[in-house]
Amino acid sequence: MAAGEELTLSSHIQHHLTNAKMCTVDGSVVFNKACSEAGFWTWHIDTLAWSIGLGLVFLWIFRSAASKATTGVPGKFQCFIEMVVEFVAANVKDTFHGKSALIAPLALTIFVWVFLMNLMDLIPVDFLPAFAGFVGEQAFGMDSHDVYMKIVPTTDINMTAALAIGVFLLMIGYSVRIKGVTGFIKELTLHPFSSSNVAVQVLLIPFNLLLETIALVAKPFSLALRLFGNLYAGELIFILIGAVGLIQLPLHFIWAVFHILVIVLQAFVFMMLTIVYLSMASSDNH
Amino acid sequence: MNLNATLLGELIAFAVFVLFCMKFVWPPLINAIEARQKKIADGLAASDRAEKDLALAQDKAKDQLKDAKAQAADIIEQAKKREAKMLDEAVHKANAERENILAIGRAELEAERNRLREDLRKQVAALAVAGAEKILQRSIDEAAHSDILEKLVQEL
Repeated sequence: MAAGEELTLSSHIQHHLTNAKMCTVDGSVVFNKACSEAGFWTWHIDTLAWSIGLGLVFLWIFRSAASKATTGVPGKFQCFIEMVVEFVAANVKDTFHGKSALIAPLALTIFVWVFLMNLMDLIPVDFLPAFAGFVGEQAFGMDSHDVYMKIVPTTDINMTAALAIGVFLLMIGYSVRIKGVTGFIKELTLHPFSSSNVAVQVLLIPFNLLLETIALVAKPFSLALRLFGNLYAGELIFILIGAVGLIQLPLHFIWAVFHILVIVLQAFVFMMLTIVYLSMASSDNH
Repeated sequence: MNLNATLLGELIAFAVFVLFCMKFVWPPLINAIEARQKKIADGLAASDRAEKDLALAQDKAKDQLKDAKAQAADIIEQAKKREAKMLDEAVHKANAERENILAIGRAELEAERNRLREDLRKQVAALAVAGAEKILQRSIDEAAHSDILEKLVQEL
């Protein structure tokens, strides 16, 4: 444990759940506690570094398979990559009935990227933060308690929200492209309550707009919060287990095994819902 | 919730990753998979076709074998018939030849015999004349009695 004797359990947990921050104050770059007043323009450098690093790992692995892809007898590596690709392609094909060059690569990116980020949860919670603390202390002369390192990017609401907002923007883009601006507005205002009487219809528009807007906005919210909530809770339980002494070993094992399911499932759910939402956005019939 | 600029950074990273995946990762992989699927489907169809062709060829070969056997039997039958006929003909021909040769031989024999007989007769006549001449040396005029001699020769 990186925490010293004087640290209480709650401060230990707090330390684990705090991102490494970076911001500019008065024109100079500062980190962590100095950023408490920085407001929106704060960067979680651990989230950014780990997520982008894992994204690059994903792209590197798949790109190296893609550039060597053969239509003949595939090697083991290519087989594995193709299994993932086919799995995603099959799900996209089952759910999304339009024709789009974007949906399938989007689904693949989300699935593998989220999976890799979730996978970081299986690395014992103290290893990398302690290592970062050690490096910070030795190399930069910092107090190791002031070095923060949260290695699971999906436990940061910024990460999951960014994914959800990306999907949300695509949903709006697809809606407008398929149905046109007026079609999209009609969808938001003329359903679910409609009437053949024009006066009644006009009266119903605000209700419809309210309901449909809530339904629309609920989608990215649920996407972001589901992934964040599951992983945050899982991470928190790992931290708690890590704080109970030697008995943590069997407990940790059990929770890790269970968590393997959560990791894959949450990546899959995020991908599936993305496809479903985009499919709904690009289908004409309400 | 502390939403901050990280969200923007991640949004940009997300967009870049998806675009890269769309341009450089997804198409080669899915194309390879689909091309291979097509290849396998073609191969399976070809093997089905080949199987059918094989069965067809086997049937054809069987038929041809049957035909060939029948033809061979036919030919053998014909050959046997012809052989018998040829043998028959040869026997006939040989018999005729034999008869012919025998007839010629007989004729020659006959001719020879006749000639010998003629010679003999002439010689006997000559001998008779000579004998008679000897007996009647002086009394008989050859010219006057030649008609009797001729008659004698005829009778011999």
